Amino acid sequence: MSALILTWALGLSQLLLAIAMAIAAWRLARGPRAQDRVLALDSLYLNALLLLVTFGIRTGSTAYFEVALVISVLSFVATLALAKFLMRGEVIE
Amino acid sequence: MSELDALALAALPEWLAVILALLLVAGAVITLVGTIGLLRLQIFYQRIHAPTLGTSMGAALILLASALFFSSVDGRPVLHEVLIFIFITVTTPVTLMLLARAALYRDRSEASGDVPQYIGEDDHEG
Repeated sequence: MSALILTWALGLSQLLLAIAMAIAAWRLARGPRAQDRVLALDSLYLNALLLLVTFGIRTGSTAYFEVALVISVLSFVATLALAKFLMRGEVIE
Repeated sequence: MSELDALALAALPEWLAVILALLLVAGAVITLVGTIGLLRLQIFYQRIHAPTLGTSMGAALILLASALFFSSVDGRPVLHEVLIFIFITVTTPVTLMLLARAALYRDRSEASGDVPQYIGEDDHEG
């Protein structure tokens, strides 16, 4: 019974997170200005991270946790570099 | 169901499964609401607030569900999800404030129409 509950909840939350990723991807493709695209990319990173955590619960392995941790670090560095680029026109001065 | 480890799940009590299900679905719904805000809000300075629903409560609930699940399966406290949550909580304000300042600088230098008027009057460092 608990396997059934957990499987359905995982499926539902993965579906919702996938929809969220699709919306963020739409904003990434559409976004009127560059800062909208950077924000959408940041949101896409976060949704992918949470999706990976739910995959980790589904498979019961901790390998996904490490991937999620790496993605959170990548998200920070990428958004920071892109914001710096928007501000100054170059990343490392 | 076949993907889940049957032995590990046999030990998982039903009340915990219900709690995990609620946490997972609530976290996903909150994250989705934040992302819908990214879609629906009109100007960039409103939109930059929306995804923080996911970075605060959405991530907290889903990571708490993961920590509870692995703690129950392994039979010992598994707290490494806290690491991700602390990292997200510390980094999100930094990146979003930098992004907002970059956007403000760009809009001001181009004299674009939809700049909020009274934000950061005294921080012209651009």
